[in-house]
Amino acid sequence: MSKPETKPLAQIRNFAIIAHIDHGKSTLADRLIQTCGGLEEREMSEQVLDNTDIERERGITIKAQTVRLAYTAKDGIEYQFNLMDTPGHVDFSYEVSRSLASCEGSLLVVDASQGVEAQTLANVYQALDNDHEIVPVINKIDLPAADPEKVKAEVEDVIGLDCSDAIEASAKTGAGIEELLEKIVTILPPPKEGDADAPTKALLVDSWYDAYLGVVVLVRVIDGYLRKDQKIQFMSNKAVRIIDRVGMFTPKKVELDALGPGEMGFITASIKDISETNVGDTITDEKKPCESALPGFKPSIPMVFCSLYPADAGDFEKLRDSLGKIRLNDASMHYEMESSQALGLGFRCGFLGLLHMEIIQERLEREFDLDLIPTAPSVVYKVNLTNGEQIELYNPVDLPDVVKIESIEEPWIKATILVPDEYLGGLLQLCQDRRGVQIDLTYAGGRAMLVYRLPLNEVVFDFYDRLKSISKGYASFDYELDGYGENDLVKLEIRVNEEPVDALAMIVHRSNAESRGRGMCERLKDLIPRQMFKIAIQAAIGGKIIARENVSALRKDVTAKCYGGDITRKKKLLEKQKKGKAKMRQYGNVEIPQSAFIAALKMGDE
Amino acid sequence: MNNKGRLGLYIHWPFCLSKCPYCDFNVHVRSAIDYGRWQDAYLKSLDYYATIMPERLLGSIYFGGGTPSTMPPELVGAIIDKARSIWPCSNDVEITLEANPTSIEMEKFEAFKAVGVNRVSIGVQALNDKDLKFLGRAHSADEALKAIDIAKGVFEKFSFDLIYARPDQTLEEWRTELEQAKQLAGGHLSLYQLTIERNTPFYYSHQQDIFSLPNEDLAADFYGLTQDVLDDALPAYEVSNHAAEGHESQHNLNYWYNGEYVGIGPGAHGRIWQDGVKCATRDHHAPDAWLERVEGQGHGAHPYQQLGQDDLAMEALMMGLRLREGLSLKHLAEQSGGDWAAYIDEAKLKTVINEGWAVQKEEALTLTREGLLRLNAILPYILTTEGPHRKTAR
Repeated sequence: MSKPETKPLAQIRNFAIIAHIDHGKSTLADRLIQTCGGLEEREMSEQVLDNTDIERERGITIKAQTVRLAYTAKDGIEYQFNLMDTPGHVDFSYEVSRSLASCEGSLLVVDASQGVEAQTLANVYQALDNDHEIVPVINKIDLPAADPEKVKAEVEDVIGLDCSDAIEASAKTGAGIEELLEKIVTILPPPKEGDADAPTKALLVDSWYDAYLGVVVLVRVIDGYLRKDQKIQFMSNKAVRIIDRVGMFTPKKVELDALGPGEMGFITASIKDISETNVGDTITDEKKPCESALPGFKPSIPMVFCSLYPADAGDFEKLRDSLGKIRLNDASMHYEMESSQALGLGFRCGFLGLLHMEIIQERLEREFDLDLIPTAPSVVYKVNLTNGEQIELYNPVDLPDVVKIESIEEPWIKATILVPDEYLGGLLQLCQDRRGVQIDLTYAGGRAMLVYRLPLNEVVFDFYDRLKSISKGYASFDYELDGYGENDLVKLEIRVNEEPVDALAMIVHRSNAESRGRGMCERLKDLIPRQMFKIAIQAAIGGKIIARENVSALRKDVTAKCYGGDITRKKKLLEKQKKGKAKMRQYGNVEIPQSAFIAALKMGDE
Repeated sequence: MNNKGRLGLYIHWPFCLSKCPYCDFNVHVRSAIDYGRWQDAYLKSLDYYATIMPERLLGSIYFGGGTPSTMPPELVGAIIDKARSIWPCSNDVEITLEANPTSIEMEKFEAFKAVGVNRVSIGVQALNDKDLKFLGRAHSADEALKAIDIAKGVFEKFSFDLIYARPDQTLEEWRTELEQAKQLAGGHLSLYQLTIERNTPFYYSHQQDIFSLPNEDLAADFYGLTQDVLDDALPAYEVSNHAAEGHESQHNLNYWYNGEYVGIGPGAHGRIWQDGVKCATRDHHAPDAWLERVEGQGHGAHPYQQLGQDDLAMEALMMGLRLREGLSLKHLAEQSGGDWAAYIDEAKLKTVINEGWAVQKEEALTLTREGLLRLNAILPYILTTEGPHRKTAR
């Protein structure tokens, strides 16, 4: 077989753009695409790489994207740039890490008015872990508040990155873009290895489902070629497929004959199910396989769980279908059917983090037109039983009987928080209240950098909202998982007329149990309407009641006048009440409207 | 105490001299009324019902409103004569007219009696001037006493209404007023707790906290006190209606028994049997539109709504349980197609009985005093969620 014409390694630059949210990452990508002629002016929509509405509206990138650009440098040579736009948010750091693994360099974008933020740090460390060369880009220099020199000093100070080669740019006005393109050629390295004659070896970077093409697989070729009609094998599951399309994004989809060493692009191979394509897998030739697979990635693990119930029980099947459709494109979301006495049939869902959870909920509500009841988010606990077994607990309701439990371990995170001095006190208090353990506190340019160990459980509720409100929005926050730790954790159970309300059960630290329990009881007392019978609301740990409220019994509810002319109207009301009973749950001798529990869940933590 | 099986006739007179701030009835204030035109319309409507509802025995006529005592007695008489000419009735037919205790109206009591009215129901509402003013009434306490006195002399049977559980009213004040009412009463009293209805001036003032009503506990105490004071002489035979033996309102009992009744006049409702199916009728709401409809099509009703067994069972429960004598289970069985248990959750009913809120004897399901107080909660509680869902013709 003749060798396809592909770029020599020396003329390829694979790089990622990393940045904190809102520092202009996607806008910079747009500008690079436009400058290299990937799209005509009239084809540019803002943030062309953010495909979904939610991505555009929230200004975040969820899925990694890749674009191939042709750039003719001052040396007269045309280079092939493969640009990866990576998600900025911590929940998707897993996607960031695999994007970075397929590149040799990064552009670090920092807002010239905002400076270094917590995510900037996390991303830079990941890039350094992947041996990347990094070009700092001080962006948004057109802003009145821009202070590029101060920000450069901060980058050197906080991150320890040499800023002598840093570029001052404005993705918005185009300033510095030419210079940046040159720097990509001169500073960033070409692919290190790559043998055109060796057996095919390619990294599966990402995959997604496309309604027209089936599963689209994003690849980075290491050795050999990927060609149309080639019979390939996925090394992890031995699946064999025939490539039916090879191509690249410019960002328009363009079909090619082949992808060569060092190049990035996509293939399709009549794959119907995304679960066949394991991210990090090695793709090789079926007849002439490579000797060893690439190291691959750790699979993504859902860290935050919550249950989703349809507000209208009749929507259960629709919810199931919708989750299935989302999962087609997002293998990191897990779901499993469950049934709650308080809320009916629904799903226990696992997410990479809080933002991931919010996005999925938003998609279900917007794209699939569902009205959802989410339960309070929870994390995965490890429960050590007295018989020596260890179980993973995904739902507080499933916690075994106290006597069978030896100990409970909870996941911890290492959080990095950057905050202006004046808000430091408030944030220290917040971290302390959330059972945090201080690891480090340093100062750089009028800002403090706090490093804390915190239980993830304390962060999933409203930590981020509190952090933003305490710091008036100025603090930035990022975290990485930091193992499990044993703690004095208990299941807080809310009981209505002695019967536990499954949807309200939660695992909390013993020291918080009483205040949480009392808060929930007080809230429910206000939310549950008076009924014919007294309603006892209790919070309990194990068998012990730690808080109690009563809703006193109704004494009078009768219509004073009911004559011939009133019947029709009163009957309609009664029929409505009768229908409403379908949404009621029985607790002892009272029926509690579902809406009371929904409201209790919606009111959040405090 | 009843005349079951007889037809009731309700005549709605939609005009008042002024509108009371708590009232959400279909009431209009007009400076000039063409009585001749209204008389023709009522009579024409009666002709219509004569053709579709022959062979009934008339048990009662009730002139409600509005303020029917502002009607000319000749108009009242013409309607009574027409009705009696259509449907035969026995000597004990009850013909009630609602009246306000103003001097002009009480002077007409004799004239109303002369054209056939044999019972008046007087809208007294309160026995002190301060509360009458708050309730927006046009009469004084003295006038009310005088009207009661005249009614006593003219009619064999009469009733009057009071509204209680007023803002700032104390239990002691009500006890005194109620004792006075008990002395004044003939054989019948209607005692309503003040209820704030939507789209009334009171609704808006209440929303703006201009006044507040007794809370639920106090309201329950008001109700209990009322029963305590009247149980010996004028026991409640319905949630808000009290009567000495034999003085119960026959016309209203017919509603609570789910009897057959014709409703004529703007916004009037009826329940009539047609070809073996019970139908709900409703006359057009707006006075002028009603007149035009009657003049054009012979009656003022919207198309009838046929009631299915679900409706009948529900209505039987809603209405029947308001009575002290309770709901006849035989009647409920008839209404629900022989299967009342399909509508009532037996376990829930048992709970209600155990709580002392209801008593079930072979013949009847009866709410106790404490049960009546909670009727609006007990009904949805004991109803089955599903129900048999029989077809309801529309």
